Amino acid sequence: MRVALFITCLADQFYAEAGVAAVRLLRALGVEVDFPEGQTCCGQPAFNAGHWEEARALARRTLRVFQEAEYVVLPSGSCASMLRNHYPELLPGSREALAFSERVYELSQFLVRVLGVERLGEGLKGVRVAYHHGCHALRELGVREEPLTLLTNAGAEVLPWEAAEECCGFGGLFSVKLPEVSLAMADRKLSTLPAAQVLTSTDAGCLLHLSGRMAKSGVNLRVAPLATLLWEAYAG
Amino acid sequence: MRAKARFYPKEAARLLKERPGVREAVTGATLHFERNRLRAYAEVPIEEWRERAKAIKDHVLSHLDRYLEEAERRLLEKGARVHWAEGPEEAHQVLLEIVRRRGVRRAVKAKSMLTEELGVNPFLESLGVEVFETDLGEYLIQLLKEPPSHIVGPAIHLSLEEIRRLFHERFGTPLEASPEALAGVARKVLREAFLTADLGISGANFLVAETGTLALMENEGNIRLSTSLPRVHVAFVGLEKLLPRLSDLALFLPLTARAATGQRLSTYVSLLGGPAKEGEEGPEEVHVVLVDHGRTALLADPEAWETLRCLRCGACLNACPVYRQTGGHPYGYVYSGPIGAVLDPGLLSLEEAYPLPYASTLCGACLEACPVKIPIPRLLLTWRHRAVAEGLTPGWEKTAMAAFRKVMESPALYRLFSKALRGLPLPQDLLPLLRAWTEGRGALRPSPKPFHELWREMEEDRGRQN
Ligand code: SF4
Repeated sequence: MRVALFITCLADQFYAEAGVAAVRLLRALGVEVDFPEGQTCCGQPAFNAGHWEEARALARRTLRVFQEAEYVVLPSGSCASMLRNHYPELLPGSREALAFSERVYELSQFLVRVLGVERLGEGLKGVRVAYHHGCHALRELGVREEPLTLLTNAGAEVLPWEAAEECCGFGGLFSVKLPEVSLAMADRKLSTLPAAQVLTSTDAGCLLHLSGRMAKSGVNLRVAPLATLLWEAYAG
Repeated sequence: MRAKARFYPKEAARLLKERPGVREAVTGATLHFERNRLRAYAEVPIEEWRERAKAIKDHVLSHLDRYLEEAERRLLEKGARVHWAEGPEEAHQVLLEIVRRRGVRRAVKAKSMLTEELGVNPFLESLGVEVFETDLGEYLIQLLKEPPSHIVGPAIHLSLEEIRRLFHERFGTPLEASPEALAGVARKVLREAFLTADLGISGANFLVAETGTLALMENEGNIRLSTSLPRVHVAFVGLEKLLPRLSDLALFLPLTARAATGQRLSTYVSLLGGPAKEGEEGPEEVHVVLVDHGRTALLADPEAWETLRCLRCGACLNACPVYRQTGGHPYGYVYSGPIGAVLDPGLLSLEEAYPLPYASTLCGACLEACPVKIPIPRLLLTWRHRAVAEGLTPGWEKTAMAAFRKVMESPALYRLFSKALRGLPLPQDLLPLLRAWTEGRGALRPSPKPFHELWREMEEDRGRQN
């Protein structure tokens, strides 16, 4: 099986190790991995802010870059949803966009639903994890159990978290258009954080926002993308 | 009500800074409502209920002319008077005529968002009529001269402390008075008002076309009194409130209650027809004012008409993490939270409500909560798209988007940008954006190398190994 990895611009720049982890993990599971080099951003920030013309240009380019791919796998629920759910809206009448959307998966979703892998190893034995459900992964892609199953089966203790499914306040441009509200949301979310050793999520944007906020308020907690933890689960 | 929606970003920031207690009160109350809703939804086949409710509403909205005529006919048969109001002026005319003819000096009002739209209170007051809001929350904010902060819980932003202080100043109650004692004081004032008012004003949750029945839901009993004690009753009903058959109430009453407060049914449901008949107790005159105020225009909007399914249950507000930080005031119009963000541009104009569709992270919690499945996230996107098309976007955003597109369309530029992020100065255009980010979250700390470089290194390693 062959997948094309779409690392997404935020992970490329800020969580490069998540990409490395994803490649190692997929290869270890016997999957061939491509990284189509022309890739940049899926266009979501523009789309969400209403700039559809800009978003459309980027959607077309993503379609071109990933034309050949059998599966497109992303370590980001939000971008995966952009490709899966919003490309067909953005390019109405495009068969290509429609067919493409069905080949797109967030990493944990791909592992569980396509590869049928629920157990990666026991590399997270005893690690106390707080899992933040990225909103688009959760509500647009329906990725709820997959990350939890993979983490728990690797020995991690996924801690109950009152606000686990609450939006962190990132929201792309939202975080700079309405910075005060965005920060208040992060603070509310973090005020309920359980005593974890690591905070994780599928989305680089959420993690960037939350970790920045924690650093600013002097909280010292490891923040790692889900892909990184899944590789640790496998590699021990 | 005069809209101040365009000040949303400033007002939200100001409120967070100046009244932090609001955030605490609203978060607490909405989380409580939200937990109740989830429990109440889980008790029933909620997906079927939502699907059916949506279908019935869509049906009635697509045959609205027919159902409105039917409702009017039935209401007239019952002896009610029916008025049509396109906007506030015509609605005020109805009140003016009644106030003059019946010499009205006091009015008691049951909670209604539509009367906020129409500015009923200030109009009546301008005629010298004393108006009493009779819902406890509404009464509190009337004393404070504040607009409602939530569709269902208008005083949701107030803490018990603030209410105690208010009553202490107004009625001389002790500063540590219990909520029961405070309610007792309000009850005394309002009882007197109920017994002496000449006019009762209400909205309606539903108007059943088949029977001309107004349905009103509440928990305090004040609606019941407002609509039955005064000799004249005026109900303001938005055109979208129609239901085809009486039996539809069997779905809509419990669905609305579950969505709003997690109750199986509200404590009181009043079903009203016309005025009292010979020998019956009740108002002598009943007026039903069917109000448009932007609704037919919205109905004709192929992308935004679905907002008219709204039951005003407030579930989307309770579920919304953005609303939770500020309550409803910064939104600057009658409807706040997720539904306000998509309804207000339709009722006011996008220009006037420009910032509201951006008051969301598109997290989708509102859609999950909505009992009639209004696709709020999609509608937010639609309004944003229109805002861009109409040129309402601020300059910095346009510049940033143009730069973003340029960089992302070209892998070469993207790689250059990625280098810039790790040392070189960033383009000036992006600085305000960056500042808005770093102020609350510290400097951006990119990975030492971007993944696309690490990928090359990995590939080279593999090449060497093979
Ligand atoms: S949009 Fe839906 S959830 Fe929000 S108030 Fe209306 S009916 Fe209730």
